[in-house]
Amino acid sequence: MNEINVSMLAPLLPEVIMASAGILVLLVELVARRKETAGLLSIAAVAVAAYYVPHSFGKSFGGMFVSDGYSAFFKFIFFINLILTVLLSMRYLVIEKSNHGEYYSLVVFSTLGMMLMASAGDLIVLYLGLELMALSSYVLAGFIRHDARSSEAAVKYFLLGAFSSALLLYGITLVYGLTGTTDVSLIGAAVVEKGLSTPLFLSVVFLMAAFGFKTALAPFHMWAPDVYEGAPTSVTAFMSVGPKAAAFAAFGRVFLTGFGSLSTDWTGILVVLSILTMAVGNILAIQQDNIKRMLAYSSVAHAGYAVLGIIVGGAEGLAAMMNYLFIYGFMNLGAFAVVIMLRSEGVRGEALEDYKGLAKTHPFAAAVMLVFMFSLTGIPPTAGFIGKFYLFKAVVGAGYAWLAVVTVIFSAISAYFYLRVVMYMYMLEPEGEAVTLSLSPSLGLALLITTLVVILIGVYPSPLLSFARLAAG
Amino acid sequence: MPGSYLPSSYLPVLIFLVISLVFGLGALVMGGMFRLRRPYAEKLRPYESGVTPVGEPRQRFSVRFYVIAMLFVVFDVEVIFLYPWAVVFDRIGLFAFIEMVIFIFILLVGYVYAWRKEAFVWE
Repeated sequence: MNEINVSMLAPLLPEVIMASAGILVLLVELVARRKETAGLLSIAAVAVAAYYVPHSFGKSFGGMFVSDGYSAFFKFIFFINLILTVLLSMRYLVIEKSNHGEYYSLVVFSTLGMMLMASAGDLIVLYLGLELMALSSYVLAGFIRHDARSSEAAVKYFLLGAFSSALLLYGITLVYGLTGTTDVSLIGAAVVEKGLSTPLFLSVVFLMAAFGFKTALAPFHMWAPDVYEGAPTSVTAFMSVGPKAAAFAAFGRVFLTGFGSLSTDWTGILVVLSILTMAVGNILAIQQDNIKRMLAYSSVAHAGYAVLGIIVGGAEGLAAMMNYLFIYGFMNLGAFAVVIMLRSEGVRGEALEDYKGLAKTHPFAAAVMLVFMFSLTGIPPTAGFIGKFYLFKAVVGAGYAWLAVVTVIFSAISAYFYLRVVMYMYMLEPEGEAVTLSLSPSLGLALLITTLVVILIGVYPSPLLSFARLAAG
Repeated sequence: MPGSYLPSSYLPVLIFLVISLVFGLGALVMGGMFRLRRPYAEKLRPYESGVTPVGEPRQRFSVRFYVIAMLFVVFDVEVIFLYPWAVVFDRIGLFAFIEMVIFIFILLVGYVYAWRKEAFVWE
């Protein structure tokens, strides 16, 4: 580990590209007259980084950084998340009177943090990535400076995020004290050798709570509805997919590689957390009359589904989880794209009331929203069904048939609030003056991509499934 | 290396912590025990021989102070990293030189950004 040379950077090439892009975007922002240039530049950077991801496999810095199929799959989720978020944001930021180029730089740095988390072979690198991701998203949450709700969201997110970082660090310290290493695979070996002890179990609980915070698992979900509602909608879309997926990536690697041999001891807790999360997310979403808040609770519920993949464990469980997160990314960003479309000058368009009779006034927007709501419920032939189906299959295959039944019941409950949006759009008459859509070419492109992918995966899922299976190892 | 790890290698840290605690608290306690106590108004004022206080210390400061303080930290950290690098410079060669140039460049971007955003202008 003493010899340092340039070749050690080869597995980090996509990260180096993203870091340079973040700096470049910041500089371009200073001179560019149109801030959209910064957005387009960040998309171009992602394209270059994505090209190098499959060529970057390997370990670096003595195993602290691992680029493998698992991390590559998650990096693609982050890239898609970034591209779609940038497309959603361009017009939206103008409407919110917050069209600053720093936005795109922060999105790029946040994505860089996520990439480091997915590739972290060492708990310290994991922490570094997590902080980079989180600090950027705190700022993004408060990006509309003249809006008190946005600032409130940023402060809440920051305080609770800092608290969860402290939990993570405490967990890491305990693990280091017990095993003498922060390298995840060496921790795995040490845990096998030493077996379970009370302090080790305590550290596992600390780490679980920290990841629970970031993935918004109940009872660590409290921040999510407030932050998701207050943050700019485009940032909510970004946060509900990227940071969540990144936390799941790290969760999976740390728990299955580091604490894999103790899985019988921690799956019990995780099963309880998962059921609690599904219950809280799905039942509280029913009461919401603000669509952003409803989607926030829905995002909590989806974390409860995705965590089933870690409970199942092994390549099968991970593949099901990765699959689910990939699909979830598209359908959630799509749904938020419609919410953004309803936001126009002077009209917030976040209340469920605003969706009344949308099918009459704007049939196209209503039809697109219908696809995403069906997909989030898990109705075929949409991608959401495929995601849930393979998740349930993995759960049943691992001998948790009862858990699959519980999940299906909660999934049925979720149909109530997703389909209520559809009911509002198609079965009620428009009230008052009709909402105006603020459709821009970039937003249209984002909607086109998400709708097509959601339907395409729903009809022809095998490429994604085999890709996820291959990536999970 | 798992297994070969012994907490005893941190023993000096513990000893250091104990000594500093004992010394710090001890000095205060001993001083309190032996010093003479003759208070009068002039003596009880903060900054006994300094400027007379004019108001409560808790008031709102312009946010600019924080921006300046933050920028100071950036350069502070830069200098902290430059020192050890300069000490071993003749042994680590060109690679480390390029690394440091990249590091300084990144900080420079931050500086240029702050400059262009007029963070140094005091209206």
